Amino acid sequence: MAMAALRREGRRFATPLISPNPATVFRSSIIPSEEPVLSGVRCISTQVVRNRMKSVKNIQKITKAMKMVAASKLRAIQTRAENSRGLWQPFTALLGDTPSIDVKKNVIVTISADKGLCGGINSTSVKISRVMHKLNSGPDKENKYVVLGEKAKAQLVRDSKKDIELVMTELQKNPLNYTQVSVMADDILKNVEFDALRIVYNKFQSVVSFLPTVSTVLSPEVVEREAESGGKLGDLDLYEIEGAETKGEVLQNLTEFQFSCMMYNAVLENATSEQGARMSAMDSSSRNAGDMLDRLTLTYNRTRQASITTELIEIISGASALEG
Amino acid sequence: MFRHGSRSLSRASTMRWRRPFSTDLPAEATKDSNFVEAWRKSIPAVEPPSTPSVFMATRPTTPSSIPSKLTINFVLPYSSELSGKEVDMVIIPATTGQMGVLPGHVATIAELKPGILSVHEGNDVSKYFVSGGFAYVHANSFADIIAVEAVPLDRIDPNLVQKGLTDFAQKLNTASTDVEKAEAQIGVDVHSALNAALTG
Repeated sequence: MAMAALRREGRRFATPLISPNPATVFRSSIIPSEEPVLSGVRCISTQVVRNRMKSVKNIQKITKAMKMVAASKLRAIQTRAENSRGLWQPFTALLGDTPSIDVKKNVIVTISADKGLCGGINSTSVKISRVMHKLNSGPDKENKYVVLGEKAKAQLVRDSKKDIELVMTELQKNPLNYTQVSVMADDILKNVEFDALRIVYNKFQSVVSFLPTVSTVLSPEVVEREAESGGKLGDLDLYEIEGAETKGEVLQNLTEFQFSCMMYNAVLENATSEQGARMSAMDSSSRNAGDMLDRLTLTYNRTRQASITTELIEIISGASALEG
Repeated sequence: MFRHGSRSLSRASTMRWRRPFSTDLPAEATKDSNFVEAWRKSIPAVEPPSTPSVFMATRPTTPSSIPSKLTINFVLPYSSELSGKEVDMVIIPATTGQMGVLPGHVATIAELKPGILSVHEGNDVSKYFVSGGFAYVHANSFADIIAVEAVPLDRIDPNLVQKGLTDFAQKLNTASTDVEKAEAQIGVDVHSALNAALTG
């Protein structure tokens, strides 16, 4: 809602913004009437500046409000993201971190926000996803996208529509929780065939810095193959496995659980980054609006003063002409 | 003179750095550099992204003698209950039965069932009821326990447990579809485990 208002405001004052000097635009439009009404021009030029000042002030109010909203949301979600950071570490300790693994079916899970006005985090996710796609492409390889969030969808649909397997949006309608994320992860696991899932998200570091990150989750078959061949997961063969009857079954459960845990952390980190980025973006735009307002106020006062001085001169010279 | 000093210093520092890498997890270091190299080769304009291992504290290697304490990480989606805590023993509710883990336990991956996780530290025993998850015991006397939900045992109301148990038992009897039956069965399992935990 706030964004729509912002856009409206933007449109209203966009026209005078484009031309460097709004007064000249106005004058040129008034010339065809062929009446040298200078006083009128002066009046209306201050009117134009006043209107712009009003709209800039409104924009500043909106961006300030958005910043406040982002700041309060950030505080809530930041603690949750930080608390969830323990969750994925055991999996990485056990199954390792395998971004360079070479498999046939790659699925790139791009996590982005549903809303814009949050700096470059969405385009960063998309850019990294595209590079991952390029990096893993080959003659007999398959790359698919699973897209979370409206913004990444809008960007990826443009050039790789055929590769998008699944799109999920409005993730953050309700506050994120593990149940919701695991249902979503289950959805992805059911609908997409994969050898390796690569989750691309922005890890929150501080309000102004986000680290694009790629987490890799392998399918149980790949895990088993790698463990047996003594490749990257050779250590896994040393572990005794307790639980279900077969090793494959346990690995299946394990990788599914790993995916849901990784996703949970990734989604939270990305949401935190989004709020942080929005906060800093809105902060800088309210500062910009403030600067612009200062400049406009100066122009306005100067014009007003000039017109007063001109009028005074007219009066005084008129009076002196009568006297003389 | 100073130049030599700096050289020996840098050598000492590289030695110190190299050692943990060569003994720790040799695969780990090469793996990442492969990825970064491949990335830089194909797309030099974009910085390679981070990977989870960058954010993780490195785990120590398997010591030659068994340490006296077990280091456990007990994590839930919404918090890290215990992180890097040194304890004497944990008893894990694995699907194959209760599993006591002492320092020097053989490396194991265990699935958890609803039951009590007890953490023994000297004379203190803290008990949690966990709903299920996974536990990994590493060869270096580290244990990671991941549960979807866990509560300290003293925060469970016995009356509600009894009520839930009878409710779900009733539902199990009246269930008609497979889904309902499975749901009721899960309810009965969890509540009877809770009941056993509270009375036992």
